[in-house]
Amino acid sequence: MTKDQELTPEKVVKYFIDEFKPKIKDIKIKERAAGSKKNKTPSIWMKIDNSAFKGAVKHLCDLQFPHLAIISGNDLGKTIELIYHFTLNYGNRLGEINLNISVELPKSKPKIETICDYIPGALITEREKQEFLGVKIIGIPDDRRLFLPDDIPKGIYPWRRDETGPEKLYKNLHEVKK
Amino acid sequence: MKQTATTKTSYHIPVGPIHPALKEPVFFEFEIEGERIVDVDVKLGHVHRGIEWASRKRNPIQILYLAERICGICSFCHPAAFTLAVETAADIQAPERAEYLRVIQGEIERITSHVLWAGVAAHEIGFDTVLFLTWQMREKLMDLTEYLCGNRVTKGIMTIGGIRRDITEDMIPKITDTLNYLKDNFEKLRKIFLDDKTIRMRSQGVGILTKENALKLCAVGPTTRASGVKKDVRVDTSYFAYGDLDIDFITPDVLTNEVNGDVYDRIIQRLLEVKQSIGLIEQCLDTMPSGDIVVEPKIPKLLNQLKKVNGEGVGRHEAPRGEVIHYVKFDGENESPYTWKVRAPTYNNILPWIPMLKGEQIADIPIIAASTDPCMSCTNRVAIADGSKKYEMQKEELHRLSIEKTRRLMK
Repeated sequence: MTKDQELTPEKVVKYFIDEFKPKIKDIKIKERAAGSKKNKTPSIWMKIDNSAFKGAVKHLCDLQFPHLAIISGNDLGKTIELIYHFTLNYGNRLGEINLNISVELPKSKPKIETICDYIPGALITEREKQEFLGVKIIGIPDDRRLFLPDDIPKGIYPWRRDETGPEKLYKNLHEVKK
Repeated sequence: MKQTATTKTSYHIPVGPIHPALKEPVFFEFEIEGERIVDVDVKLGHVHRGIEWASRKRNPIQILYLAERICGICSFCHPAAFTLAVETAADIQAPERAEYLRVIQGEIERITSHVLWAGVAAHEIGFDTVLFLTWQMREKLMDLTEYLCGNRVTKGIMTIGGIRRDITEDMIPKITDTLNYLKDNFEKLRKIFLDDKTIRMRSQGVGILTKENALKLCAVGPTTRASGVKKDVRVDTSYFAYGDLDIDFITPDVLTNEVNGDVYDRIIQRLLEVKQSIGLIEQCLDTMPSGDIVVEPKIPKLLNQLKKVNGEGVGRHEAPRGEVIHYVKFDGENESPYTWKVRAPTYNNILPWIPMLKGEQIADIPIIAASTDPCMSCTNRVAIADGSKKYEMQKEELHRLSIEKTRRLMK
């Protein structure tokens, strides 16, 4: 793993644009200052097309092996958004760059390729997204449930906001007949 | 027991869900050959309470108190990361004094957690006098927490846009007294852990996590730093007042000039971090600016402001066990966030258990599992499935095995 003191958010963005220009959009670099000295921490947000996603992760690993903090997910109605929160350049005082790559998947075909072959530590969070958001991770090394108990019926995804959400399973105790 | 002819060379031992070295229930299935662990499978979710889902019916201020209840030991870290995420999404800047006060609270929590861990780790290998020593130290810290926050466990100190309680001039002597008490006793603790022959025998070369595995499996906190990976949110990024302070990465080679990534290194790592935290609190007390502690004291006004936010934010804080990260998204219509995702450090430290445990002995399970500092438990039992015959091993039995191994090594 290389540690690049000179790696800047602009360089990271350029590195991705050079390779995947038409497939990347909504690129934002945000900086947030804190403390008395107002030192800043940069965050990059970008949206990548699903077809280029796996290539982009490989491209990222070629630049520097990233730390994958978590994948978070939103049910946006017609699509499901997954956001991969990476951090780069850690190990340098105030040098870390947050990289948030988001991918939108249509609900009709919520499939995305696994990144466990590049980052084995992604397994737990990929399994979680599968059971909580109903996303199919193609090629996941272990597709068992992780957090959900076995008695929750298949086809119920607790973080969905549509008919596959958990509403059916609610037990309203005030409605129980005595 | 009658010997039956068999060709099977390995056995499966389920450990948990109520577990020998964890507060939170986790289920391990070990494949063993004789005393050696060949493979491990981890199952989670026994205490998944759907907290993220529960947030859909709460406003951000209410979520602070929900976040506080994710973990009893990290009752500052979760609200802290949530606050950072909300402040980023809503572009709220906390007053400078509040940023320093937040560091002080965060570091007190770190010392409390590490000292607690040191005691439990000693207990796991049958060294209960150290348990009582460390928990006596911890009691002082709990008293200090109560003095500063009004509560011992759920602190209720964090708020969006600042902090709820100030540290005034007359409160400082009590803090310095506690820090001095810690420094005096720290020397004793250091001597026990680093020089005691038995602790070395039980922890050196046991439960190794290589640097490569730590990186690949995205380990966090003292677990990854003890394997030589320089990763610490407090040093890497600027949040709260950490960007202003004099702080550097700590890895075990600072003391020993080498990194082995074993249980011993994880002990050294945490002891060094206690010392670092004491230094950070002192720095904050010396350099803390005066001023307000909260940017918007009127909660309804703040909530009204947050209701209009349409955006997302990520908050990251270095908890005692490693990086905790919260993601928050607001849709600009509802009072409660659209999405709230919580990731506690143990989540990332689950996979590293597998390489740590492989090749080790059954008696080492408690100390290795404990060495990543998940949470510790009281009632545990292990069921050993031996062909068709099943028998259970109670927590006491597993603990006895661990103590016996220590005694054997002492001979």
